[in-house]
Amino acid sequence: MTSFFPQWRDNPTAALIATFALAALLIAAPFVVGQLGNAWVRALAFAALYVMLALGLNIVVGFAGLLDLGYIAFYAVGAYMYALLASPHLTDNFAALAALLPNGFHNPIWLVIPLGAALAALFGIILGAPVLKLRGDYLAIVTLGFGEIIRIFLNNLNAPLNLTNGPQGITLIDPVIIAGHSLARPLDLGFVKLPSVYLYYYLFLFLAVLTVIVCINLQNSRLGRAWMAIREDDVAAKAMGINTRNVKLLAFALGASFGGVAGAMFSAFQGFVSPESFSLMESIIVLAMVVLGGLGHIPGVIVGAILLAMFPEVLRHTAVPLQEQLFGKVLIDAEVLRMLLYGLAMVVIMLYRPKGLWPAPEHGRLAEPKAQG
Amino acid sequence: MADTILNVGGVNKRFGGLQALADVGIRIERGQIYGLIGPNGAGKTTFFNVITGLYTPDSGSFELDGKPYSPSEPHKVAAAGIARTFQNIRLFPEMTALENVMVGRHVRTRATAWGAVFRTPATRREEAAIRSRSLELLDYVGLSRYADFQARTLAYGDQRRLEIARALATEPKLLALDEPAAGMNATEKVALRGLLEHINRDGVTILLIEHDVKLVMGLCHRVTVLDYGKVIAVGGPAEVQSNPAVIEAYLGGGHKAVATREAA
Repeated sequence: MTSFFPQWRDNPTAALIATFALAALLIAAPFVVGQLGNAWVRALAFAALYVMLALGLNIVVGFAGLLDLGYIAFYAVGAYMYALLASPHLTDNFAALAALLPNGFHNPIWLVIPLGAALAALFGIILGAPVLKLRGDYLAIVTLGFGEIIRIFLNNLNAPLNLTNGPQGITLIDPVIIAGHSLARPLDLGFVKLPSVYLYYYLFLFLAVLTVIVCINLQNSRLGRAWMAIREDDVAAKAMGINTRNVKLLAFALGASFGGVAGAMFSAFQGFVSPESFSLMESIIVLAMVVLGGLGHIPGVIVGAILLAMFPEVLRHTAVPLQEQLFGKVLIDAEVLRMLLYGLAMVVIMLYRPKGLWPAPEHGRLAEPKAQG
Repeated sequence: MADTILNVGGVNKRFGGLQALADVGIRIERGQIYGLIGPNGAGKTTFFNVITGLYTPDSGSFELDGKPYSPSEPHKVAAAGIARTFQNIRLFPEMTALENVMVGRHVRTRATAWGAVFRTPATRREEAAIRSRSLELLDYVGLSRYADFQARTLAYGDQRRLEIARALATEPKLLALDEPAAGMNATEKVALRGLLEHINRDGVTILLIEHDVKLVMGLCHRVTVLDYGKVIAVGGPAEVQSNPAVIEAYLGGGHKAVATREAA
């Protein structure tokens, strides 16, 4: 418990109470926001997915200091992997495969999650290997290109072999099935009936919590320290015996694997994937979550992800009525307003809190002038 | 020679038209404090960077503790047993003092990504060992009360000590220090000298680049003097100090030499 609340390392009871309070809050959340409609629970589910994505990207950008602008490609890899393994698309298009699998492709989640993680990790290494010597702006440009390459491939791999169905995307993707129960159908627990979207929320919440635990473990490990050493000073890290090549590749691979799992979940949740969900803008938004929250600081990144994921939803429900009330008509479309406010928020944050909303705490003489005086 | 810890010979390194190192060699016996001195631009740091793998030499033979090693990549050199510090301190500024030293343990520990993700019992045991050994080392250099301070917040002299602790964490056979006394005041220098003698008494061989001739002469058992990329003298401190070539390199060989240099 204390690993969630390091400030209460000396007070396990407080950490335990805080953990239970937080857990209760997260479990109750859909019932509270659900009063406003299921769209809000859906937004919460997406927020949990974005927490996974942002934490994955945080490994690469926050821990290892490698600026990655193509992170959404790994999300796409996971999403398409699940789409192909759990929809009739492949059997419809390849007769040989259809003959082999008369019932079509249907794969359990216990297979899909590790597979999604592994495939995305492989792609992480494919991206990482050629860019090991690059840093900063140069690395950002190459990773940006990588993200676009993946999207363009997905857009065009419908001929000569129809692998991805091009811009139309893949439909009829199976929902997640756990213990024989499809998450697409409501679950009756007797005292309460949980709609499908609640079930997905709990699944994503579970995965997000798992991601947080893994990230905390990584941060306090030999590998995590090696990443931070590389971020802080590449040359000194090498001189301390760190094989920077392998350690950077591990950052790309592990970071990507979270994206892959999140992608697979996205695909199952939506029942549909198409390349337009994986545009450069998505990469930038995930990066914005990490930077706005607090680069390299896990609680900050989580807060950043939740804020930026929920913000468009809030805007969608308030922008139009508010403008109608104030001006009698809609002056700015909610979508346009969103980008305007994103931009404004970024500028304000960078001016007043350049290390993010909730950066890593300072330790040392600069942090405790009061203690000495 | 079983007692030779570092035996490097015939090192040549050229930067474009500049012959930075010409046939430079060094031979350090186990347990020595060895000084490498020379005027500015003599090639001391270049030689240092070559033996620690930061620069690739054009030629040279390298042997550490009787085994040949190839200074092709710095992390391999560190694994082989040479740990170094930098002339302009290169700590990990945002990490705490303790974490800095813990990074030094990296090369002597084994935990994998798998172990880190799942926090296996073996990983946890190793992590505890890393932490306690690092705290010991902080205590050893006198920084234990700053363990949780970010490295960049430490005083200059303390940062130098932290860099030494971090290097010691790699369990080096040879500790190579690039101008550890640079920028220190007299009190800090005395304390540094005490620390280096202590480290040496505990069995670590030290290679020291230093500008401060007084410090080198008081501390080192043996000295090599470089000038313009060449070895101009090797020997005990007193012997080297009275060597005319060394005096000339440092002071310029009297008025005549100064006059010719000015004319040129």
